[in-house]
Amino acid sequence: MLPPDEPTAEIACTVNGEAIHTQVPLRRSLVDWLRHDVGLTGSHVGCEHGVCGACHVRVDGQVVRGCLMLAVQADGATVETIEGARDPLTLALQDAFFHHAALQCGFCTPGMILQAAELLAQHPAPTRAEVREALSGNYCRCTGYQPIVDAVMAVSAILPAK
Amino acid sequence: MKPARFDYARPATLAEALALLAKPDTAVLAGGQSLMPMMNLRVARPARLVDINRLPLGEIALGNGVLRIGALARHAAVLASPLVAQAAPLLPQALAQVAHAAIRNRGTLGGSLSLADPAAELPACMLALDATLVAASAARGERRIAASAFFHGLYSTALEPDELLLRAELPAAAPGWRYAFLELARRHGDFAMAGLALALGPGAARLALCGVEAGQRRQPAAEAALAAGDLPAAIAALGTAEAMDSPDLPAAQRVHLAQVLLRRAFQQIGAAHAAA
Amino acid sequence: MTHIGQPLPRAATARLVAGRGSYLDDVSARGELHAAFLRSPYPHAGFRITGTAAASALPGVVAVLTEAELAAVCQPWQTKTGSASGMVSPTQRALAKDAACYQGEPIAMVLALSRAVAEDAAELIEVEWQELPAITNLALALHVDAPPAHQGLTSNLAWSTEMKGGDIEAAFAAATLVVEDRLVFTRSTGVTLEPRGVLAQYNPASQALEVRISHQMPHQLQRHLADLLGVSLARVRVICPDVGGGFGLKMHVYPDEIAACAAARLLGRPVRFVADRAEALLSDIHAREHIVEARMAVDAEGRILGFDVQDVQGLGAYSIFPRSSTTEGVSALRSLGAPYRFSAYRGRLRSVLQNKVPTGQYRSVGHPVGIAVAERLVDLAAAARGEDPLEFRRRNLVAQAEMPWVNPLGARMAELSHQQCLAKLEALLDLPTLRNEVATMRAAGRCIGLGFASIVEFTATGPEGYGRAGVLVAAVDTVVLSLEPSGEVTARASISEIGQGTTQGLAQVVADAFGVAPDQVLMGSGDTATTPHGGGAWASRGAAIGGEAAWGAGRKLRAEVLAAAAALLQCAAEALDIQDGHITDANGPRMSLAELAETVTFRGYELPTGVQPQLTVAHHYRREQDTALTTNGFQASLVEVDPDTGIITPLRHWAVGDCGRLLNPLLVEGQVRGGVVQGIGEALFEACRYDESGQFLSGTLADYLLPMAGEMPDITVAHVETPYSGSVLGAKGAGEAGTAGAPAAILNAVNDALAQHGASVSELPITPGAILRALGRLA
Repeated sequence: MLPPDEPTAEIACTVNGEAIHTQVPLRRSLVDWLRHDVGLTGSHVGCEHGVCGACHVRVDGQVVRGCLMLAVQADGATVETIEGARDPLTLALQDAFFHHAALQCGFCTPGMILQAAELLAQHPAPTRAEVREALSGNYCRCTGYQPIVDAVMAVSAILPAK
Repeated sequence: MKPARFDYARPATLAEALALLAKPDTAVLAGGQSLMPMMNLRVARPARLVDINRLPLGEIALGNGVLRIGALARHAAVLASPLVAQAAPLLPQALAQVAHAAIRNRGTLGGSLSLADPAAELPACMLALDATLVAASAARGERRIAASAFFHGLYSTALEPDELLLRAELPAAAPGWRYAFLELARRHGDFAMAGLALALGPGAARLALCGVEAGQRRQPAAEAALAAGDLPAAIAALGTAEAMDSPDLPAAQRVHLAQVLLRRAFQQIGAAHAAA
Repeated sequence: MTHIGQPLPRAATARLVAGRGSYLDDVSARGELHAAFLRSPYPHAGFRITGTAAASALPGVVAVLTEAELAAVCQPWQTKTGSASGMVSPTQRALAKDAACYQGEPIAMVLALSRAVAEDAAELIEVEWQELPAITNLALALHVDAPPAHQGLTSNLAWSTEMKGGDIEAAFAAATLVVEDRLVFTRSTGVTLEPRGVLAQYNPASQALEVRISHQMPHQLQRHLADLLGVSLARVRVICPDVGGGFGLKMHVYPDEIAACAAARLLGRPVRFVADRAEALLSDIHAREHIVEARMAVDAEGRILGFDVQDVQGLGAYSIFPRSSTTEGVSALRSLGAPYRFSAYRGRLRSVLQNKVPTGQYRSVGHPVGIAVAERLVDLAAAARGEDPLEFRRRNLVAQAEMPWVNPLGARMAELSHQQCLAKLEALLDLPTLRNEVATMRAAGRCIGLGFASIVEFTATGPEGYGRAGVLVAAVDTVVLSLEPSGEVTARASISEIGQGTTQGLAQVVADAFGVAPDQVLMGSGDTATTPHGGGAWASRGAAIGGEAAWGAGRKLRAEVLAAAAALLQCAAEALDIQDGHITDANGPRMSLAELAETVTFRGYELPTGVQPQLTVAHHYRREQDTALTTNGFQASLVEVDPDTGIITPLRHWAVGDCGRLLNPLLVEGQVRGGVVQGIGEALFEACRYDESGQFLSGTLADYLLPMAGEMPDITVAHVETPYSGSVLGAKGAGEAGTAGAPAAILNAVNDALAQHGASVSELPITPGAILRALGRLA
């Protein structure tokens, strides 16, 4: 329930392929809105100051920090979260993350996978160091990162060279 | 960690935006990659946000020997632009070290320059590239500000509260000029402990530091020594920098790192020159 | 055993990669209120709340609560333990009363319709603060002029002890070599990516409290909630859903979480509190703040004679409830030198109160400190003798024939494989080649270092650890299994899952013990209403203790099913087996488990009279010997130091460990690698820093530097498997060894590199500035 005099604005956007037309509180972040109002809890909130990468979502095809964008700014945008990302790269990465145990608690995983998918879309054959650099804005406390790099490299290995 | 309340406006035209900026206590929301963290932490609590993301200010164009980069050009777009690579090869060197991919997808040139964070890479680049920054206000129209006159100190610029930065204009790289951007950070994408933007031409040099002094500026004494080919003198000249001091990063350490970077940048450029 | 030992991914992670997890903040309750806290901005201050009207009047605010209101429903608490008798740790409350003793201590809370409004209102609470002198600096805290961390105390010394054995004076008198150093360990903290959080609901009609919380041990918390809030234990339900990382951080009683539960009780409405990152860094436990002065005596043959150690440990404002922060100091001293043979030991521990957030048990409790100190001394001794550091270690490691080995501290070590681990490490490194590479790189002017660490870790603590100290922490576990009518097996374990993968290991154990594929075993854990009382996740205990319970339960269910099948098939149970979900005999499958379960469940009349198959069974496991299970291992680290900038780059890292039987090598290796990186973080980046006035300087993730992908090396992992002989499966703890040894290996590698320049460092984390100062490049 919204506090009585919380200022809101009207937005219309597409979230995971579904058109949404609604009021959003002006000060609600995109990730908070997706999680608490739309009910898409796959993007996580880890720091709310743009450091950890747990909140990654795609806006108009680009990966952004969901904690550093306001929901009201998504007006007119196409938003995708991990739940709705059905592109072949994301699906392959999800599978590879599972099989390489590239996650333990899993809290960083959705953000990590979206970032890795963007990397592979732009650079299908990165080196391990390039994978590490591309993921250097995504914090994982559990894995030590190595299995994550392994998973991304495994997907890269089955991609056609660009 | 939720922002304090604010009003929000998303103008469709520049005129509308400038009119909104004339109101007090108003902040411009561009990429939001610095402003939103500060608002979430309630370190910044503007009464009004003017979201300029719908304004047509993202263009990157090259003409008449001048590279024009709109204030809303995202770091990722500038980094990937062939025009930028051709006309301002320093910028991709620097931008590759700016934060992380997702931040670069949203963060803008104008936002970085207007904030004037002492550790940010792009102000140093503008100084080393002798950029002209073009701003506009409703009351006074457009004005052009040399980069060397734009940055005033810690988070402080020549922009008036009612002014909006529109674009940067950079003279395209001239023959014989070479460029290096180097920085030292604890981790990939962190703000630099020290960074350095260097443009070295025939008998001339432009040099600016980031992460060292509170206000970014050209380093004339070091530039003069570099122009004369005297690297040791240039390194010594940086010793007089008025560096920021913090428990984790004392002033002397920042200066030392800047001097290390200058030697490396000079060697890198020299090696490239020798190879060419 | 066909499934135990297989490298299977944890089944539940299929949900997590799809973004279909269910973490604390993913579920809401209708009518819930959001909590925000007003926390002390001062490390030490008296206060009086003079006005809450403005906060209460803000639209959307439902309640503003202070200690006075919560006192009606919530008791204060005080940490007491027989392990640290006489310890001074003042009474603590959900909201502070009259004085705040660390920055971030909650003093008032707001319940509102949104978190944003709750934060707005918290800013409007009027407080009169009276700043008091604060003590944060550990090195100064015991000085006679140091201000007391709590008003009325005459000293900040909370507790001290001496752990000793053998004749220490004689050992040092006999030494031909004494090496010594003073090592400083800066506080670090756990930074689980999912912050702490709680959603509490109280039903006044049934007098029942339901608490969803991101926590490692639901039953421990259930007990404390019952006690503190005056609710009967059986009416407190604690649910720990998917937990986004624990590392010891989520095993304590936190004032803000208790306050949220108390507010739910008081208001009769659901209350949600999710710590944001700033308050997490400020209020989560910190750990490992030590100043250690240590000496080691060595004889003419290069044999270690003894250790003489003084450790000053920072507790923060309170010794953490319920386990006590002193455990870390004791553990540091116990792990110091544990791989080695020596005859005398004296360790003095002083645990000190400070105006800082409490320290507490954090992954590999104390071990990284003790191991770093001992391994530093060992390297100093080897260097002083002009000897290879591995040769010095090899000579001093306790040999297999000498075990069980009880060292002068009384620490018992059994079934350790130091020599095999060392041999494996040397093979893994291809040491001659690696040393040539190092020499070549050094010849090219690079500042390269190779460092080693030998490790003994005390894992899987049994009942005597906390039980004898009077601390209500369960060290026993139970697994309940049910054969469902579908032939699948549901398991409910008192072990909990925090991402480490224990439940997958348990599923593999049940699969083998019973006779099905692991994917036919559906694991449930983390809910006091559905699982029996047990220990949850701490001290790397899941496989060693939970695994035995799972095995026992699987065997019991197997016996029940075979008896029922024998009755139905009219044959002897001994002639039957369960294989891959089927009852089989010598000729092959006779019936499926689904057929059997359906018969029992829906057509019981087909069974002979008197046959009552128990398709739900429970098995409880308590280890009766060995207070802890010792594990051992070696780590090596190769680093490069940039002498111009002070930046350290870890190039490669190796870890060889013996954690007994590997239930699942894929997941064990994940534990090792993650643990190593956590240790590298501690060695090179992570620090909770304070300014001279005691203000916390590491309040955001831009200031508290975590290890990220870009700087971390690949880590080669290998195992030696010496099963624990005292259990069926032989598993020991695997979750913390990586963290235990990595700081020591990094410290030694960096000092190996610096030794070329005649320099050394002895403070963690090792910062670029410290390197530059050590090298004389910076004043």
